[in-house]
Amino acid sequence: MTGGISYNFAYLDEQSKRSIRRAILKAVAIPGYQVPFPSREMPMPYGWGTGGVQVTASILGPHDVLKVIDQGADDTTNAVSIRQFFARTAGVRTTTDTGAASIIQTRHRLPEAPLAEGQIVVYQVPIPEPLRFLEPRESETRQMHALEDYGLMHVKLYEDIARHGHIATAYAYPVMVEDRYLMDPSPTPKFDNPKMHMSPALQLFGAGREQRIYALPPYTRVVSLDFDDHPFARTRFEKPCALCGARDSYLDEVIIDDAGGRMFVCSDTDYCEGRRAQAAAAGGAP
Amino acid sequence: MSGGEGALLTAAGLTKLYGARIGCMDVSLELHAGEVLAVVGESGSGKSTLLALLATQLRPTRGRIRYRMRDGVVRDLFALAEAERRFLLRTDWGFVHQDARLGLRMGVSAGGNVGERLMAVGWRNYGRIRGEALDWLTRVEIDGERIDDLPTTFSGGMRQRLQIAKNMVTAPRLVFMDEPTGGLDVSVQARLLDLMRGLVADHALAVVIVTHDLAVARLLSHRLLVMRHGRVIETGLTDQVLDDPREPYTQLLVSADLRG
Repeated sequence: MTGGISYNFAYLDEQSKRSIRRAILKAVAIPGYQVPFPSREMPMPYGWGTGGVQVTASILGPHDVLKVIDQGADDTTNAVSIRQFFARTAGVRTTTDTGAASIIQTRHRLPEAPLAEGQIVVYQVPIPEPLRFLEPRESETRQMHALEDYGLMHVKLYEDIARHGHIATAYAYPVMVEDRYLMDPSPTPKFDNPKMHMSPALQLFGAGREQRIYALPPYTRVVSLDFDDHPFARTRFEKPCALCGARDSYLDEVIIDDAGGRMFVCSDTDYCEGRRAQAAAAGGAP
Repeated sequence: MSGGEGALLTAAGLTKLYGARIGCMDVSLELHAGEVLAVVGESGSGKSTLLALLATQLRPTRGRIRYRMRDGVVRDLFALAEAERRFLLRTDWGFVHQDARLGLRMGVSAGGNVGERLMAVGWRNYGRIRGEALDWLTRVEIDGERIDDLPTTFSGGMRQRLQIAKNMVTAPRLVFMDEPTGGLDVSVQARLLDLMRGLVADHALAVVIVTHDLAVARLLSHRLLVMRHGRVIETGLTDQVLDDPREPYTQLLVSADLRG
C-alpha cells in the first residue's frame, strides 16, 4: 500500500463482492441470461472495463494469478493499468503468460492458446443486449428473451447479406447459448466465437454501466447464428503473422511508416512472443 | 346471442373504459371467414378502440373475444399465453396501420420487412426467404428491383402496399386495417383498394377495416357497423345500411358523403 491509504482486498468492500458473486452464481446457473447486479462506481471511467473489473475483484483470491489483455495485447494502456490496479489493491501475482494465469480479464479478444479447466475468463462488455440496435426498448427485449422471440436477429443478418452479399458482421457476432438464450459475445471478433463453444474455462461477462452480468459455464454449447445457405464462417487471413509466422491467429494491421507501409501481426502478443522465443531457441527464425 | 359455430371471431359485450370516459361500450359482433367488416363513425366514436381490442392490443374492461384457431379449436383471446398471442399475431393475423411507419421497420430493406415474419417462425434459408419476399413484392405491384431499398425511399402508396405484403406473407386468415387509405391521393387510393379487393377474394381473407370514408366501406366491405359515442348504433349489410340508413346519425353520415 502506498501513502498510508489502505484498501480492502481487491478494492471493493466485501458486501459488494458478495452481491456481485450472487449475480455471477445466477448467471452461471442460467447460461447466456443477463443478470442485473448493483454495479459500483470504480476508480475508472465507464467504457474502460468497470464491469470486468468488478467481476474480477469479486472472484479474486490471494493465490490467483492475473492476466489482463486489451485487444489481445498485454502491453496496452487499459491492460497495464488494470493489472497494476489489482497488483496494488490485492497484491496478487500478475502474468502475461496465458497458461500461467488463473484469471484472464479481457477486452475484445480471447487468447490464442487453448484455455484449460480451472481458468476463468472475464470479459469487459460495453453493451450486453444483442437486440439493442434492433429494438431499443429494454422492456421489450426482456420479453423477447423470455419468449425466445429471436426472429429479429436474423433480420439483421438478412440485411447484411442483402447489402454486402455475405454476413458482414465481423465482431459482436450474435450466438445462441445452449439453444436457449441469444447472447452478445461482447465486441470480440467473430474469429473467437468458435473458441467459446465447449470451452473448458469458465467465461464471465461484466457490463458496468449497463449493470448486467452473464456467463458461459465450462463446456457450454455456443452456436453462431447463420442461414442454411450462408453458414457462419470464421475470419481468414491471407498472410501469416509477419513476426512469428503463425497462420492460425487473429491478426492486427499495423501501419509502420508514413508511406503507407503496413504489416499484419498477431493481436495476441503473448502468443506471438512465445512462438518467436521458441523459434529462436530452436536455432533459427522463420 | 348465437354461439356462432362457424364464426372465425366472436366478440361479446366488449367494453373499454378510460377511467370515467367510455372508449367503447358493450360491443358484440361476429366475423366469418372471408368476410369484410367495416367499422365507420366520426373521430372519437370508439372505432379505433374497438379495433385495438379485437387485435388484442388493448385489454377490455369487460367482455371477451373468442377466436377459431387454425387447428379449429375456439380459444378465448385474452386467455392465450403471451407466446401464443405473439405467434397468432404474426402468422394467422395481420395489421395494416394508417401510418406505414408503425407497421414497417423503416431502417430495414423492403425484402427484410417482408421476410421478418418468415424468420420469426423459423425460416433459416436466405434464398427461400428472399424468393418469397420477391414473390410478394410483385404481387403488390412493387418492382422487384426495389427489394433492397429502404421503405424511406418509397412513396406513400408503395409503403402501404409493402405493409400489406409484409402481413400477407404468412397467409393470414384475418387482417385488421386502420384507415389504410388515409392520407393517400384518390388515384393511389383506388389502386390500393383494387389490390385489397383482389387479395380478399383470392385468399378468402377476413378483414376488419376501420374507416371514416364511406366510399372505402362500400367498395370493400360486406357488412357495416356504425359507431357513435362508443356504442354500435346500426349494423347490417353494407349496401343496405348505406342505401337505407335507419338511424338519424347514419342518415347524417351518409348524406354528408355522397361519393360512394
